[in-house]
Amino acid sequence: MIPELGHLALILALLLAVAQAAFPLAGSLSGNRPWMTMARPLAYGQLVFIAIAFLALVEAFLTSDFSVLYVAQHSNSLLPGIYKISAVWGGHEGSLLLWALMMAGWGAAVALFSRNLPLPVVARVIGVMGLVAIGFLLFMLLTSNPFERLFPVPPEGRDLNPLLQDPGLAIHPPMLYMGYVGFSVAFAFAIAALIGGKLDAAWARWSRPWTTVAWVFLTIGIALGSWWAYYELGWGGWWFWDPVENASLMPWLVGTALIHSLAVTEKRAAFKSWTVLLAISAFSLSLLGTFLVRSGVLTSVHAFATDPERGLFILIFLCIVIGGSLALYAWRAPDVSEGGRFDLVSRESALILNNLIFVAFTVLVLFGTLAPLIYEAFNLGKISVGFPWFNKMFVALAPFLALILGIGPAARWKRDEPWRLTKMLWLAFALSIGVLVLSSLPASSGNDFWVPIGIALAAWLLFSHLTILRERLKHKKRPTWEALKADFSGNGRSFYGMVVAHLGVAVFIVGVTMVSNHQLEKDLRMSPGDSHEMAGYRFEFLGAQKVNGPNYRADEGHFRVYRGDRQIADLHPQKRSYLGGGMPMTEAAIDAGFFRDIYVSLGEAVGDGDWALRLYYKPYVRWIWLGAALMALGGAIAVTDRRYRTARVHSSAPVPADGVRA
Amino acid sequence: MAKSWRFLIPLVVFGALVVLLLIGLGKDPRKVPSPLIGKSIPEFSLPELTDTGRTLADDDLRGQISLVNVWASWCSSCRQEHQALMVLSEDPDFQIVGLNWKDDAQDALGVLRMTGNPYDRIGYDPDNDVGIEWGVYGAPETFVVDREGIIRYKHIGPIDRKVWEETLQPLVAQLKAER
Repeated sequence: MIPELGHLALILALLLAVAQAAFPLAGSLSGNRPWMTMARPLAYGQLVFIAIAFLALVEAFLTSDFSVLYVAQHSNSLLPGIYKISAVWGGHEGSLLLWALMMAGWGAAVALFSRNLPLPVVARVIGVMGLVAIGFLLFMLLTSNPFERLFPVPPEGRDLNPLLQDPGLAIHPPMLYMGYVGFSVAFAFAIAALIGGKLDAAWARWSRPWTTVAWVFLTIGIALGSWWAYYELGWGGWWFWDPVENASLMPWLVGTALIHSLAVTEKRAAFKSWTVLLAISAFSLSLLGTFLVRSGVLTSVHAFATDPERGLFILIFLCIVIGGSLALYAWRAPDVSEGGRFDLVSRESALILNNLIFVAFTVLVLFGTLAPLIYEAFNLGKISVGFPWFNKMFVALAPFLALILGIGPAARWKRDEPWRLTKMLWLAFALSIGVLVLSSLPASSGNDFWVPIGIALAAWLLFSHLTILRERLKHKKRPTWEALKADFSGNGRSFYGMVVAHLGVAVFIVGVTMVSNHQLEKDLRMSPGDSHEMAGYRFEFLGAQKVNGPNYRADEGHFRVYRGDRQIADLHPQKRSYLGGGMPMTEAAIDAGFFRDIYVSLGEAVGDGDWALRLYYKPYVRWIWLGAALMALGGAIAVTDRRYRTARVHSSAPVPADGVRA
Repeated sequence: MAKSWRFLIPLVVFGALVVLLLIGLGKDPRKVPSPLIGKSIPEFSLPELTDTGRTLADDDLRGQISLVNVWASWCSSCRQEHQALMVLSEDPDFQIVGLNWKDDAQDALGVLRMTGNPYDRIGYDPDNDVGIEWGVYGAPETFVVDREGIIRYKHIGPIDRKVWEETLQPLVAQLKAER
């Protein structure tokens, strides 16, 4: 009964979505006020009904109702409670429902937090989101109904993919989807502006916080996915350039370009049509990612149950949404004035370079991801783009980005003096060169070319941002610390958010550089009682024994790790066989530290109590995710900037001459 | 007016992308027949990964049924597939021949030490010399070769229990029955 209610709620949500798309949009075009005021209640209604559907599915999982096909395929009565909930989005149908729920959540949030916005704008934004929701709900109801019944009812479910039975992965998809779907708000704002023909600084100011919040979620989602891959796949890698990872990286790259380009549009009313194009692209790439993951066009570790029929549906949907918005763009954008002239040496120029690099990188990732398709379509069939290719592209572009990143925030809007910038940044630059020289010494670089470069670039980001911070506080007539506090609680949130996020980039660079060049790994066969030395640590293997989990059996190894004579860790890596079947899974044991991880992963039993196993020493690996966390934190700080909360919005807000640095 | 044409560029690019995706959709990559299917395996000769003194050549694939598995240590799907291959390696009806592709020998040997070696023999092809001949465009891929050395099937993507039971096992049984 409850699954049928869920199904019904979905149908009602679809009807509401149709109304949400039709009335507010039509009202905004014809000036019909009552129709426009329907936007907010319809957005709330949408959320209510999709939430009912979602809860109905959660209930089916919690009660292990295997008469529902989707539950029978993705759950099992032995599954621990928390994973019964996360199993809701463990497959194609349920993850779509989660997607729809979040979309409705974003719509309701827009309705709630848009009191300062003119009614036609609100109506258009919510109307566009309704259009997108129609597509998703139709897709779900026509091809991927999560409430489909199964008869005869099986006595037991098939179990959730063991790879997904993990706390990291339980929250990774919701975060990621919050990001993907969040870009629909920026998209809706862009389309609304194109429809209204009013692309101005106010539009950029409205979209900025939404875009940044979406970007924060996406950053966290990607970082969680990477962290999960690191400890769950048992290979110590943190990024695999898998098509699905790329599908999440592309919207992130364009989204990053977008939040920077929005800054220019808000402050200087420049780059307007470019910013709109980025906003359309960020969401389009989110949709494209969905298509790639679910259509079976590319094969991947993560691929959902694929089905060409679904693929065709999504492709048609993509054509309507992306093709339609790009057509609208081609029609409307030529009329947009490109205001805000600027000189070669200016913050605008730095941000153009930033945008070019991010977009170039997105194009490369897109090309690399689609390469198998391209080769096949043209019957080339002979070349492949893999892991090493992506790494090369990344290493080729990233250093330039880091260099500009140290200069851009120091530059003034519109026009700056090369001499002023030089005077301001020479010390930071000289210090970074010092770091470069120091870290080139064989003792620290291990004679690797990339180590000093990575470390020096990170140092450059640190020093230049400290300089910029000092420059900002120089004129305040208070002690530095107090000035900092006052500035932070005053008008400086978006500035400090930027600094934190950029320092996150520096931390990330250190992590990637160190772990890529200085990690140690060793494949060994060990007997109980054996010891092995690596990177100053002694690993003692005490043997392995059988243990039982709630829904798996495992071999569990026991290691003691010593530094000198002192024991620093007790590690218990496992090799699990889930009762629901499928491949055995490795559970690596990790002793995490700020400067290094020690990572032990169990391979095969090779007789006589001996095990093939792998030991890793991973210096600074945490910094990769710490960097991502700082970037996300920076975004979160920036969103709390006072002007987003109190802004009395006049559609042509004056642009401050120097501008709050953001 | 010429200026406004550039705003059409994104739409045109997207159109090209859609055509590409449509082609891709028509050709399910897991099922797409390789142009080599039904043809004899290309001639090749490679050093063996586990013993570079020995060579693996096309003649080694004749006389018994072979699964030729393209893999690399950097390929995450291959790691998933590895466990399945370990199980299959106990089957006496066929040999599993590895093609270690675009890989570093040390990394590859590390993987084998770690998770066991399911392969009867492994050709080492770091520069894609043989991969090109076979039309490999990604790892993992698995070719099914019959006793006469004819490529009968190509599976793209990792082999798991479902793929084995539904596709490869029936094919191997059929090849075994052929005389």
